[in-house]
Amino acid sequence: MSKQLEIKNLSVNVEGTQIIRNLSLTVPRGEVHALMGPNGTGKSTLAKVLAGHPDYEVTSGEVFLDGESILDMQVDERARAGLFMAFQYPSEIPGVSIANFLRAARQARLEEGEEIDAVSFYKTLYEKMDLLQIDRKFTSRAVNEGFSGGEKKRNEILQMAMLEPSYAIMDETDSGLDIDALRIVSEGVNRLRGPNLGVLLITHYQRILDYIVPDHVHVMWNGTIVKSGGKELARELEEKGYDWIKEAFAEPAGKA
Amino acid sequence: MSTTNTPELDIKTDIGDFVYPEKHKYDAGIGLSEDTINYMCEVKDEPDWIREFRMKALQTFRAKPLPTNWASKDLEAIDFDKIRYYLAGDQKPSRSWDEVPDDVKATFERLGIPENERKFLAGVEAQFDSEAAYSNIKEIAAKQGVIFVGSTEGLKEHPEIFRKWFGKVIPTGDNKFSALNSAVFSGGSFIYVPPGVKVSHPLQAYFRINAQNFGQFERTLIIADEGSEVTYMEGCTAPKFDTATLHSAVVELVALKGAKIQYITVQNWSDNVFNLVTKRGLAEEDAEIRWIDCNIGSRLTMKYPGVILKGRRARGEVLSIALANDGQHQDTGAKMIHAADETSSNIISKSISVGQGRATYRGLVNMPKHLKGCKNNTECDALLINTNSRTDTYPAITTRGDHNSVQHEASVSKVSADQIFYMQQRGMTEGQAMSLAVNGFINDLAQHFPMEYSVELKRLIDLEMEGSVG
Repeated sequence: MSKQLEIKNLSVNVEGTQIIRNLSLTVPRGEVHALMGPNGTGKSTLAKVLAGHPDYEVTSGEVFLDGESILDMQVDERARAGLFMAFQYPSEIPGVSIANFLRAARQARLEEGEEIDAVSFYKTLYEKMDLLQIDRKFTSRAVNEGFSGGEKKRNEILQMAMLEPSYAIMDETDSGLDIDALRIVSEGVNRLRGPNLGVLLITHYQRILDYIVPDHVHVMWNGTIVKSGGKELARELEEKGYDWIKEAFAEPAGKA
Repeated sequence: MSTTNTPELDIKTDIGDFVYPEKHKYDAGIGLSEDTINYMCEVKDEPDWIREFRMKALQTFRAKPLPTNWASKDLEAIDFDKIRYYLAGDQKPSRSWDEVPDDVKATFERLGIPENERKFLAGVEAQFDSEAAYSNIKEIAAKQGVIFVGSTEGLKEHPEIFRKWFGKVIPTGDNKFSALNSAVFSGGSFIYVPPGVKVSHPLQAYFRINAQNFGQFERTLIIADEGSEVTYMEGCTAPKFDTATLHSAVVELVALKGAKIQYITVQNWSDNVFNLVTKRGLAEEDAEIRWIDCNIGSRLTMKYPGVILKGRRARGEVLSIALANDGQHQDTGAKMIHAADETSSNIISKSISVGQGRATYRGLVNMPKHLKGCKNNTECDALLINTNSRTDTYPAITTRGDHNSVQHEASVSKVSADQIFYMQQRGMTEGQAMSLAVNGFINDLAQHFPMEYSVELKRLIDLEMEGSVG
């Protein structure tokens, strides 16, 4: 069984309009793939479709997680199968502390009747927080309630660390972060990198790739991937801007 | 508003969904008349003054109309002629756990009273049908001179205290259902805490209905003498039945000078129960009464715990949580009657409406003009789970004069699709996600609860929410 997240010829509609067109992309475990592109090109849609958001209609194509097709799975089943999404706009869950939230999320991964061990849970939680250099007081705050942009994103990374996914889709994790917050969040992600984790890092800007150096870079335009390359591709985009892509692929040949 | 019977819905109420064979020695038959009362008084060997009290109450009950001018017309579905008003098990109130019959124990076990709570059971007054099946005064409490018995035993053994306060906080004619209770009450607790005694452990009572078509009419009277403190906990679950079941309790609290009473209820009724309860406390100078009230289930609950702030600097508080699932209506609230200077009251009400469940908040705060330095704070928050869920708020705040202050805040919120998606992405099922959101909504209130009750409450909410999503 191939240990990879494999997207094959995926097409997606939202309210009758095609947003993703025949997109194919493979992210093996142990690699970080950056997905770049101008706004409104379908990057965030791809993230939500992979996570199983009910508003999107997959019209054709397949998605495999370690060889297993996931498109018929519910949102929570995909999550438990090892897929994690770091949200661009994480929801607030009033009254639910981060500790209780994570506990519920980990509890959901246990067999029925099995109870989470509180002592080892907190031990793990504190280890991960130390690793990500997060203050322990953080855990008693309600999930994302009144959080700054940076705190919300750090909370996403903490959840990622605690849920130990096989694949993480990071949707514009850099948006709304100042340079210090960006550095802290990126360091967190780098600490979680390793042979058992594949990352699809969705971003509009090259900036975050200075901190999280990708193995591969893909450029998305008009609902599909138009160019792939190594980390130098990101630099090229930074210099030339997206207009270059827009011009080159103004009338995408892949429309047929 | 619909007056038709609500359809039987597929709601998981595993807890309470079981029946054990009934062996009732005393059964007053079906329907209510003078004969019913005479029968009860004879069986219970009650004094004449109680018989007279009951007979008068019966007249009041008959004379009063149903309050359908403001309350749910669903009340008209109660057929008073088809209810059993008195039923008692064979057993006298038991004194130790060993003496409790096995089937009663089995019921408690199914109610999920945790093993580690058994130690508290030594001090439990638990009601099985209309007589206390098991009652025991915790040794420490008894040593402190605390009386903790069933209401029948209370009126017989301690008439000098009982009679002084019985029916004084809630007069028979307060409302139709307090009159009904006054006519046919049986069961419930009588507690007297002597001056200065601080009862260290909460006194607990577990209730349960185990007879079809049988109304429960508990009568509880708690008197905390000067400077004393007591916490009383009441929890109810009921098996699911096909026909309507009426529960109409009256609870009176008296906190004398400087005393503190905390009364905690967690109720989980099956969705055919009418739960029409009158609860009120009287707080003398510097006294404090706090009602903590959680209502889950039932077809219709009407309950507005109140405090009459009679003495200077008296404090009253109602913290309530109501969860209305499909086919259920939680009509709850609070009453604060300020009757002395510098009295203060606090009401925090949270309601959750699931599916076509309906939650109504009714509040009454009264501060007459001649008073000074009175304060009230009212917060009511409603959470709607589905688009067809419903919530209504009817706050009635009467403040006269400018030497008092009142604050009122209300909010209505929803669990959004985005929140559910977020939680599901973390691996929780839709039901688990809902549950977590609901528990978060009530979290700041639940923190005031004793540990074992907040655990129980969380479990009840989990069960309700699991059944609420596809």
